[in-house]
Amino acid sequence: MSTSTAPAVTGSALPRPYRVVSRRVDTGDTVTLELAHDAEPLPAFAPGQFAMLTAYGIGEVPISVSGLPEPGDSRARRLAHTLRAVGAVTRALHATAPGAVIGVRGPFGTSWNVASAAGQDVVIVAGGIGLAPVRPVLQAVLAERSRYGDVVLLVGARTPADLLYPDELRRWGATAGVQVGVTVDRPSDGWTGHVGVVPALIPGARFDPARSVAFVCGPEVMMRFTARALLACGLPATRLRVSLERNMRCGVGWCGHCQLGPLLLCRDGPVVDYARAEPLINVREL
Amino acid sequence: MTDDVLSRVAKLPFFAGLTPGQLRLLCEAGRPASYQAGERVFAEGDLADRFWLIEAGSAALDLRVPGRGDQVIETLAGGSVLGWSWLYPPYRWQFGAAARERLDTIAFDAAAVRNRCDADPAFGYAILRLFMPVITERLQATRLRLLDLYATSAQVGQP
Amino acid sequence: MSTETRGEFPPPVLIEAAALARLFDALHARGYTVVGPTARDGAIVVAELESAAELPYGVGVDTEAGRYRLRARDDQAAFGHSAGPQSWKSVLHPARAPLWSADRAADGTVIVREPVEHHRYALLGVRPCDLAAIGILDRVLTGGRHVDPVYAGRRDGNLIIAVECTEPGATCFCASMGTGPHAGSGFDLAMTELLNGDDHSFLVRVGTPAGAEVLAEVPARPADDAAIAQASGAVAEAATRMGRTMPAQGLPDLLTASRESPHWDDVASRCLTCGNCTMVCPTCFCTTTEDVTDLTGDHAERWRRWDSCFDLDFSYLHGGSVRTSGQARYRQWISHKLGTWHEQFGSSGCVGCGRCIAWCPTGIDITQEVAALSLLQMASDATDNGEER
Repeated sequence: MSTSTAPAVTGSALPRPYRVVSRRVDTGDTVTLELAHDAEPLPAFAPGQFAMLTAYGIGEVPISVSGLPEPGDSRARRLAHTLRAVGAVTRALHATAPGAVIGVRGPFGTSWNVASAAGQDVVIVAGGIGLAPVRPVLQAVLAERSRYGDVVLLVGARTPADLLYPDELRRWGATAGVQVGVTVDRPSDGWTGHVGVVPALIPGARFDPARSVAFVCGPEVMMRFTARALLACGLPATRLRVSLERNMRCGVGWCGHCQLGPLLLCRDGPVVDYARAEPLINVREL
Repeated sequence: MTDDVLSRVAKLPFFAGLTPGQLRLLCEAGRPASYQAGERVFAEGDLADRFWLIEAGSAALDLRVPGRGDQVIETLAGGSVLGWSWLYPPYRWQFGAAARERLDTIAFDAAAVRNRCDADPAFGYAILRLFMPVITERLQATRLRLLDLYATSAQVGQP
Repeated sequence: MSTETRGEFPPPVLIEAAALARLFDALHARGYTVVGPTARDGAIVVAELESAAELPYGVGVDTEAGRYRLRARDDQAAFGHSAGPQSWKSVLHPARAPLWSADRAADGTVIVREPVEHHRYALLGVRPCDLAAIGILDRVLTGGRHVDPVYAGRRDGNLIIAVECTEPGATCFCASMGTGPHAGSGFDLAMTELLNGDDHSFLVRVGTPAGAEVLAEVPARPADDAAIAQASGAVAEAATRMGRTMPAQGLPDLLTASRESPHWDDVASRCLTCGNCTMVCPTCFCTTTEDVTDLTGDHAERWRRWDSCFDLDFSYLHGGSVRTSGQARYRQWISHKLGTWHEQFGSSGCVGCGRCIAWCPTGIDITQEVAALSLLQMASDATDNGEER
């Protein structure tokens, strides 16, 4: 139901100006932009939520936040977005230089709800650019490490050169109590890590499926196979969360594009628990 | 020796589907084997006279491609079984395998296990039932990688 | 905005048809832009009206699946026609609307400006089905967390003059959707047209103080019991003469259960995916955006325009569309309209106006498609039950 108890928000169609503070090239086609508010900042974004980023004159796309807000900040004075150049808008955003102003609307969508995993093991599985939307989950868990049990991060990428945040992956892997597994579809010369699909890393991870929450993000097929493997371990579908994607034009429930059956992914997603998502993503062309 | 092998094999889930009697029969054909990092376990084209249950470490399946050297196809970690070409003629390895990190395994005598399978159909069927899922899962995983899901639509099909 | 009908308003009155001119005067004097039906280009369209003379007196319609023609009536009824190709979303949720414009200064700062709606609209001649449709759009576009500025701006300060139906069209099924032909609430004034020989008048009921205030400037006489009975009787009788019926219960479950039905192949063989149904439907709200810029790149604008789930690009994602087949797109439209709309917005999306049936070039009838799905589901349930024994 759309009628919400929270007060109605106006001005949701207007992009707020944010200036690019830094642009870090991650891979051949991916960059991470750090943004700072140029005028009034938006409300703080929770892990899993997304912004509609506008390249003025070109268009707008939904991009998840890939970092946490500054501790204690209730507004989004700074934002981090990792994005891949795949179309006209993302190519334009990919090319923006520090100092340029882009438009931001948000925060929109459901969050990963990391706090609900308190007292449990945390299993994060990411494929390709899917590592960007779950990065804030790991950051949030590490910021309050004692609240969570074992932490597992499993990452898959096309090739070693396509791995995101390699320095952070190394640092996390060296952190006590954090298991990091990385695999690639195709190795390059000198790659000494795993080769194969991400679900193959699950048997080697140490976590208690009966007391875990899983956060899975990546191409939909990868999420389905990963979910299957996790459910086979005994993890309940209600504690497995996926981040779903569909075409979005408004991000706020007015344009009708992001429907997946009864779900409006800008409002009932993108984070959806697998018990709810599974019957929908398995219907052809839904 | 067999008792030691039996207790080590029983720690891993792979052969849990066998009855205690079948497990003992299998372990009579097994011996511990370890490999240093980088050591070759078997080479493509060699006689497939053994198969391994990996206890710890990881192994890389590879193929020699002229002009590209040894291409790693897939890596296998603890709990996995290495090798299935021993099940069918011509009993020759289609790929090579090398230890990625130090590898601790139980190596089984392929011919001995095959003879047991022929002599005891119930044992043979139980072994095949355990190996079928390995083959189908590896096939599924390979098919997923063929789909090149992490690629953008422009990249699909490109190296 | 209109609110629920209150019991403490003045009792119904009768106004002569000729007094509609005074109604227009009262509305114009208050600064309203009056929008209502008029005959133009072979159809009854929704347009800005300068005077009551522009109403379609004596024009009727002949409609069926895939058919709509104007015809001459043998009386001078102003509202003797059923739903035309346009609905009130032409006014409240227009086909093209500017969302914002932005200008970039030399130092890179960007100023974004939102357009302001200056008109206040009086909607004259809103049928009960369309009244329900406006209520549905209110929930979709202003009932959620985020309020649509274009819709809210055009809806703000509306005066709604509803007109009840006494002659349902062949494609109408408002009665089975619970939206008509009686106007119960959501209006400022509600009229029922009465023709008795040469006498042409309207029974007018007041719904809000704003409505009462406008009506006070129109010459009227108290409605006698006979007139009230004639009006309510005609409307009640119209409810029994609907061209079609729709089983309004159980549709969400039926459509969910029918996701893999063989019936979609059957519809796909008839559906051109032309999207007419989405354009004429009074509740279809889907839009898309277009960003434009001038040659310098310093001035940019975002425009919003109608979109349709039948469009191939509607579900575009990562290089291709999720719904490419005609079956999938028709299934999406009907499952949303009659099924998932309930979960998303708390009601059905269909008001039974029948426009989609009339304007489908191949005459696909939403009530018949539901009947077909229903039969298939019952047959499949019967088979399951048979197998269980």
